[in-house]
Amino acid sequence: MPRLSVWFIRASLIYLLLGFTLGALMLAQDGISYYPAIYEALPAHMEFLLVGWLVQLAMGMAFWMFPRFGWELPDSRGNQALIWVSFSMLNAGIWAITLDLWLPFGLLIGRVLEIGAVSLFVFGLWRRVKPHGENS
Amino acid sequence: MPPLTRWFIKTSFACLILAAALALLMAVLPVFNIGNAGGLFVVYIHLFALGWLTELAFGVIYWMFPTASKERPRGSEALGWWTYALLNAGLFIRAIAEPVNASRPNPVSGWALVLSAIMQFLAGLLFVVNSWPRVRGKQQA
Repeated sequence: MPRLSVWFIRASLIYLLLGFTLGALMLAQDGISYYPAIYEALPAHMEFLLVGWLVQLAMGMAFWMFPRFGWELPDSRGNQALIWVSFSMLNAGIWAITLDLWLPFGLLIGRVLEIGAVSLFVFGLWRRVKPHGENS
Repeated sequence: MPPLTRWFIKTSFACLILAAALALLMAVLPVFNIGNAGGLFVVYIHLFALGWLTELAFGVIYWMFPTASKERPRGSEALGWWTYALLNAGLFIRAIAEPVNASRPNPVSGWALVLSAIMQFLAGLLFVVNSWPRVRGKQQA
C-alpha cells in the first residue's frame, strides 16, 4: 500500500471513530435526554462519516489499486504531489466545516477546500482509469 | 473470500434492499394517508450509509488489506466477529426502537436506543483497533 493511501485510510479510520462517537452520543440523547445541545454535533457527525470516512476511504483505495503507468517507474501512480495537496485540502476542509460554529465563514471555506481537493484528486487519477498494462 | 467478509457483504446487500423498501414505504405512507413516517427517515439513512456502505467497506477491508502477520493475517478474527455482531445488533435495535420512540416515547424504547448507541460505537472501535495495524506499506511488514 503506498504511503499516500496509508495516510488517506488511517485518516478515514480516525474519522470513522469520531463520527461513530458523535452518532452514539446523539442516539443516546434521543433515548434519554441528558444533554440536548449534543444535537449541534449533527453537521460534524455527517461530515466525518460521509466525507472523512467514506469519501476519503474510497480515495485512498483508488490511489492504491487503480492501474499504474508501469511498475518500475517511480511515479507509476501519477503525480503524487498533486494528490498530497488534495489530501491536505480535503482534511482542512473537513475541519473548517466542523468548526463552522467558531470559525467565521467556516462552511464556505470548507466547501471551497473540499471541491478543490476532489477536483485535484480527479485530475490526478483521471489517466489511471485505463486498462491494465496500457501506459498512456 | 473469508467467511466473515461473506457475512458482512451479504448483510450489506440485505440492508440495501431494506433501505430501498423503507424509501418506498416513506413514499407510500403520505399518498394513502395510512400513518406517519416519524423516525423512519433516520432509520433509512442509517440502513443505507451504515448497513450498506460502511458494512460493505468493513467486509472488503477485512478481506483485501495487507496482512497483519503470518500467524494472524487478518488480525483478530474474534474482534472481527464481535464487530459484525455489535454493528448489526445495534442497527437492528435502532431500526425498531427509533420509530417507536419518535411516535410514542417510553423508557423501553429510550433505553433500547442507548443500548444501540453503545453497541454501534463499540463496533466502530473494535473495527478500527483490528484494522489499524493492517494499514501499512509493504516495507512496514
